[in-house]
Amino acid sequence: MELNSSNGVLSDKIPAGPISEKWTDYKAHIPLVAPQNKRRLEIIVVGTGLAGASAAASLGELGYNVKCFTFHDSPRRAHSIAAQGGINAAKNYANDGDSIFRLFYDTIKGGDYRAREGNVHRMAEVSVNIIDQCVAQGVPFARDYGGLLENRSFGGVQVSRTFYARGQTGQQLLIGAYQALERQISLGSVQMYNRHEMMDIVMIDGKARGIIARNLVNGKLERFGAHCVVLATGGYGNVFYLSTNAMGSNVSAAWKAVKRGALMANPCFTQIHPTCIPVSGDYQSKLTLMSESLRNDGRVWVPKKMEDVQAIRTRKIKPSDVKEEDRDYYLERMYPSFGNLVPRDVASRAAKKVCDEGRGVNATGLAVFLDFSSAIQRFGKSQANVKGIHTPDAATITKLGEAVVSEKYGNLFEMYEKIVGEDPYKQPMMIYPAIHYTMGGLWVDYNLETNIPGLFALGECNFSDHGANRLGASALMQGLADGYFVIPYTIGTFLSKEIRTPNTNTNHQAFDQVQKDVEDRINHLLSVKGNQSVESLHRALGKIMWEYCGMARNAEGLKHAREEIRKLRDTFWKDVFVPGTANEFNPELDKANRVADFMELGEMMVVDALERNESCGGHFREEYQDAEGEALRRDDLYAYVAAWAWNDSDVQVTKEPLKFENVELKSRSYK
Amino acid sequence: MKLNLKIWRQPNSQANGKLENYNVEANEHMSFLEMIDVLNEDLVAKKQDPVAFDHDCREGICGACSMVINGQPHGPLPGTTTCQVHMRHFKDGDTITVEPFRANSFPVVKDLVVDRSAFDRIIQAGGYISVNTGQAPDGNALPVNRDDASKAFDAAACIGCGACVAACPNASAMLFTSAKIAHLGLLPQGKIEARTRVKNMVEQMDKEGFGKCTNTYACEAECPKGISVENIARMNREYFKAVFAGE
Repeated sequence: MELNSSNGVLSDKIPAGPISEKWTDYKAHIPLVAPQNKRRLEIIVVGTGLAGASAAASLGELGYNVKCFTFHDSPRRAHSIAAQGGINAAKNYANDGDSIFRLFYDTIKGGDYRAREGNVHRMAEVSVNIIDQCVAQGVPFARDYGGLLENRSFGGVQVSRTFYARGQTGQQLLIGAYQALERQISLGSVQMYNRHEMMDIVMIDGKARGIIARNLVNGKLERFGAHCVVLATGGYGNVFYLSTNAMGSNVSAAWKAVKRGALMANPCFTQIHPTCIPVSGDYQSKLTLMSESLRNDGRVWVPKKMEDVQAIRTRKIKPSDVKEEDRDYYLERMYPSFGNLVPRDVASRAAKKVCDEGRGVNATGLAVFLDFSSAIQRFGKSQANVKGIHTPDAATITKLGEAVVSEKYGNLFEMYEKIVGEDPYKQPMMIYPAIHYTMGGLWVDYNLETNIPGLFALGECNFSDHGANRLGASALMQGLADGYFVIPYTIGTFLSKEIRTPNTNTNHQAFDQVQKDVEDRINHLLSVKGNQSVESLHRALGKIMWEYCGMARNAEGLKHAREEIRKLRDTFWKDVFVPGTANEFNPELDKANRVADFMELGEMMVVDALERNESCGGHFREEYQDAEGEALRRDDLYAYVAAWAWNDSDVQVTKEPLKFENVELKSRSYK
Repeated sequence: MKLNLKIWRQPNSQANGKLENYNVEANEHMSFLEMIDVLNEDLVAKKQDPVAFDHDCREGICGACSMVINGQPHGPLPGTTTCQVHMRHFKDGDTITVEPFRANSFPVVKDLVVDRSAFDRIIQAGGYISVNTGQAPDGNALPVNRDDASKAFDAAACIGCGACVAACPNASAMLFTSAKIAHLGLLPQGKIEARTRVKNMVEQMDKEGFGKCTNTYACEAECPKGISVENIARMNREYFKAVFAGE
């Protein structure tokens, strides 16, 4: 196989030149594909979230023949839809000193210096175009009274650069991309395959030339050929079973690429989001995120005294009964300059710390408060002033304040009340960290091409922009940057060399072989006929991952986890029960296919976490912390991307050193 | 809490379906779908075929879940998708009937899963603004009145679940279609194609076999996102304007 690397050294293909000119200069020299050739070239796009839908639409607009796949019943269901808070862009509309460089700098720093400078700067550059594009598509962003776009601030930064559409930014952006995609479908440039799940990648002469997809309605395997394949299949947070990801989110497409020789970069870099609704019982199927934007106005606290903790847990007192001086606003105490707006990894670890001290506020001891009472008072007083009420009584202030909070966060408050059954206007919300996003993903170069020629990865599916920790409102930015403004250019580096290549013949023996592999695996899953449900095995895997590879990790635990995962994988293949047959609508079989891949990915994550003997971003190794318990990065040894190959449980790493030419590596402080 | 469930079971789109009885032990903190998960785990343990249902985000935004619970799409609570209904709204001993969204234009795929691709085809007919990537002017080049943007958002909040169709005695898709027409038509960027959009989308809606609107407002009552029937009135006005004004 021809790899995009020589002598085992991965080439990032970052162009030379000053950081601010790299992309402009590179774009000017990317080989073009003439319109008449574009019409002949075929591209497969798997996934229809922000990255996939925007890529498929944009490539279709350019004139390529696109085949687009989703396992959902409609492209609009992709999990990007659930993103709440917003999307960053270096527009500096707020006139508060933002710039492309500052967004670049904040992202590199926020990622704890484990992301590539070149890719991140490009994302910051195109961020401004994304907003323009979305506005033109009719995305109803929040606006001020003058009709101009409004911004808010988000964790880990000190400027207001986040554009938002109430608490449903992901939904609105995805609908924008979905509509652009549907337009291309109606024009015939994109062929859409709903309820089709990619089962494997077909490679011919070392290049990605097609996929085998399973029609989920009738179970039939179908062959699709193309000149290249683009994966935009999201992250793998569901390896933890409980996460804020949708139930269907899975690693399988990316994992199939790994099994065919692609490398998985930094798989242990997973993000734990600090503000999720706490776990309430064993039957729980998923966790619900409360947008980080809530930390703009909400204050995080736990009681100082253990007797208050006990009284709250046993419901003898209400949280609002705890006196101000008996509350520990621990983020404000520990990080005075960023306060409640510290980045996600820092906020999550702080919550774990106070809960480990025994100060968690619900029955399980795993929850902290997010309190809006101060904000309600502050907004109420300001509104009373606006309305000319100069000596407002307490009830008026509360009423006016609640109205402001409702306008900003109403849908989130409603969602909380629906799930928990308590009114967050009256009592503080209870929150706890949960798995939310995976920074790791398929290794890609500057072209977003994996080490397999002709195989590209976009959005959360790749590893490229967030280092060891993603900043809030940057996932939407990356997905759309990759899909709208990067891949339409960089795909030319590959396709310009393919203009003489005829359309892929799906009767090629490579398709026969891969289809047989897929059939064998499905038959294997169905033939085990054991006694354990897919769900229970997945839950068991999640417990191992969360316990040993979650918010805090150590060498001993990780070694143990590797053994446990291997045993569990063994059990899975010996004792799983998958009902039904291969030739029907069979959601249990779909799930079994996905969980089987998680069983392998989990092991790779644990090995990656074990090899990285430092703490950085979301990866906190207990052995590497300073006297105050802050993460201890080891730049001299670990400033590299760990790109892993999988060979039947034997994992090998290739290291791509990270070069920092524009940002000085500092210890990340939010104090 | 012990519950008696009557669930629609139908092996595929061709076969006939029927309601089957099941017992399940739930607790009040579970979501409705988690209660179905418990039932399914039980069925799998007995080597029986679990109940197929569409679901994904489980936080009320993807629009995948689609059950008719005791005759109401998405169940008894206003402004709520099936996945957000919690069992504390039911009582020990309750009998609950669960059926798929019913409409000729939404054929059953299996059990509670229906095919809603007709909605995608309505969007394909014109539910977009024709702007290619890279053509857009600066985001602030065209100010948008705050109230218009807010109303556009209210319509754009539609999650495309199809509860409006399932609730309507005529299985009409007017609420879904009109919400998209309002979302785009209220914004200056979307006004340019307003006439062709409304004509083409209404035509496609009819072609898909959805029924007509007879103003029962069941759609608005059952919509989990509170989409207003005012959108339908707006669509009708735009439609007549487009038809009578000609090209």
